[in-house]
Amino acid sequence: MSRFVERHPAWALIAIIAIAVALWLIFAVWPPGLEEAIGRKRVFLNAVFNGITLGGLYFLVASGFTLIFGLMRNVNLAHGSLYLFGGYVGYAISSATGSWLLSFIVAFILTALVGILLQVIVFRRMEGQDLRQTMVTIGLSIVFADLMLWACGGDFYQIQTPNWLIGPVELPLITAIKSSGEPVYLRYPMVRLVIFAASVVIGVAMWLALNRTRIGMIIRAGVDDRDILAATGVRIQLVFVLVFAFGAGLAGIAGVVGGTFQSLSPGEDIRFLLASLVVVIVGGMGSIPGAALGALIIGLAEQLGSVYIPTYAIVVTFLIMVLVLAIRPQGLLARR
Amino acid sequence: MSLAHDARVAIRAATVAQRPMRTWPEVNNPAAWIVAAILLIMPLIANGFFLIEIFATTLILGIMALSLMFLAGYGGMVSLMQLTIAGFSAYMVAVFGISGNANISLGWPWWLAVPMALALATAFGTLGGALAVRTEGIYTIMITLAIGAAFYYFTNQNWAIFNGHTGINTVATPHFWGVNWRADIPFYYVVLAVAALCYFAVEYLSRAPFGLALQGVRDNPRRMATLGFNVNAHRIAAYAFASFVAALAGVLQVWNYRQISPGSVSVGACIDVLIIAVVGGITRPIGPFIGALIFVLLRTFALDFLVRLGLDGNRFRLLIGLGFLAIVFWSSDGVIGLWQRWRQSQRPTAKRPGGGRGHG
Repeated sequence: MSRFVERHPAWALIAIIAIAVALWLIFAVWPPGLEEAIGRKRVFLNAVFNGITLGGLYFLVASGFTLIFGLMRNVNLAHGSLYLFGGYVGYAISSATGSWLLSFIVAFILTALVGILLQVIVFRRMEGQDLRQTMVTIGLSIVFADLMLWACGGDFYQIQTPNWLIGPVELPLITAIKSSGEPVYLRYPMVRLVIFAASVVIGVAMWLALNRTRIGMIIRAGVDDRDILAATGVRIQLVFVLVFAFGAGLAGIAGVVGGTFQSLSPGEDIRFLLASLVVVIVGGMGSIPGAALGALIIGLAEQLGSVYIPTYAIVVTFLIMVLVLAIRPQGLLARR
Repeated sequence: MSLAHDARVAIRAATVAQRPMRTWPEVNNPAAWIVAAILLIMPLIANGFFLIEIFATTLILGIMALSLMFLAGYGGMVSLMQLTIAGFSAYMVAVFGISGNANISLGWPWWLAVPMALALATAFGTLGGALAVRTEGIYTIMITLAIGAAFYYFTNQNWAIFNGHTGINTVATPHFWGVNWRADIPFYYVVLAVAALCYFAVEYLSRAPFGLALQGVRDNPRRMATLGFNVNAHRIAAYAFASFVAALAGVLQVWNYRQISPGSVSVGACIDVLIIAVVGGITRPIGPFIGALIFVLLRTFALDFLVRLGLDGNRFRLLIGLGFLAIVFWSSDGVIGLWQRWRQSQRPTAKRPGGGRGHG
């Protein structure tokens, strides 16, 4: 951090000012002039929270994607299909048993199994041929999409939120002051906050696992140079299978999350594939912190954009990607 | 570095060390003459449905896939935004020309609207290309896919120019010299002429100094840079040319359907163009047209065929996906590669057939 400040004082200053402005916007009571100019504070805060929680969901999808890419150089364009598959499995389990938590476990296990099958049956055969692997994942995503359309139809599904998570929670953030002088606090759906907290926990756990454990060390070494790692006697195929299973499982969990706060339907696979593409392009391919930062930026941009400039929301996301590519083609937090 | 290298190896596939020929390869190939003759007298053989729905559509999709083949086969850049460029060009024809949505269309005559659309779409594609060449190999796929998707969502949301998800309908088609150029037979010849033009342009360019330099860039960008070639300029120029080809296809497409909507530029359709090119083979320009013919035939007849077999007729995309997977698995050179290998296995003693095809 301090090195960044030393090397780019101007950028650091801009970043600090931006953060200060953002904090002021979130915590201060807005003066009436500002409310007239850009609308109610409640709308703004809701958009910010939606953006952050959406970022959490994007992070769940994109971190698996970026982990698989980082280690195996495999751009898994079927990742969106794994997401949707996890969502459908979660829906089936939660509607059959009524247990929300069980649906996470089953979705994780089943998508991880699909991931293992893909890695063992398909990708191991064409190791090192990036482009061919990518083409195969495109073909697989088409086949999966059609199979899921066949099995589940074109309807919208929504996973039932468990009772203990339904309803809003009051946050200690003042949205307005009533004429009687009484402050009005922000109310926000509990379930989204819980899911966001869970994705933060998963992110931190992943970071710790990657940086503090032996398997994490092996994976990091594999990201840097997998040939040398294989030469040192690590059973690299096993590591590949494990990472693929874990990345796929994360996509499955994300599917359940997405099915809870949004809905599941054909086409969502493409949407989340693209979200994870943009997130990892912005954050940097193969980097977990990059995925977190990218997910946060894209989630916020999407939600704030859809509130303040509804016609051009998607363009904002796209412009961010273009800007990052123009300034730092390897992504914001990539090392190379 | 190794990334781009692997990508190139996969693309180049089997045809490597053949000497580039300086003559047109079609001249000495009787099959090419037969195909050309059949295409020319097609209106005598086929009725309106086959002429437009099968052959003209095949040629239009083939032109789009040809632009991808040019980039992927000669430049080593797999761009998924070729359909987006075509769609942009189609939208521009509808916006500048005459259509049923009078509040959007400017009502220019076609000879003004079409060059405008071509110029804008080429500029759009070149800009996208300039963005994409900042990265290499599989990153290009991701970035161009993201561009295509952004355009799709943008057309869905924007009502001022693109008229949201309803799109622009009843686009006027050219009508001059007393001929309605959208009538089946004239339109077929227009499409055929444009397709032939693009095909021979790509064929010519692949042997012209620019094309050879581009193939050099594909095979070893670092060495080409050392030799004094501007690597990125060549790549961007390739994008510009491919964008123009794709834009031509877009103009034909909007005349064909007389309407354009976000559905025509969806992500699935972008990927279809890649499938067409890969199934046909991306090592030489005829591949995309073969791929397009297979795709269109499947799309049109898969339903009847599947129903006749007692299966669900809606599983057309499953069939396409499985076919694509099979091609990617067993032949990195598409249907052409399969054909060529079959030819070779038939004639084990003869030397390699098709001497003029070495510029892959």
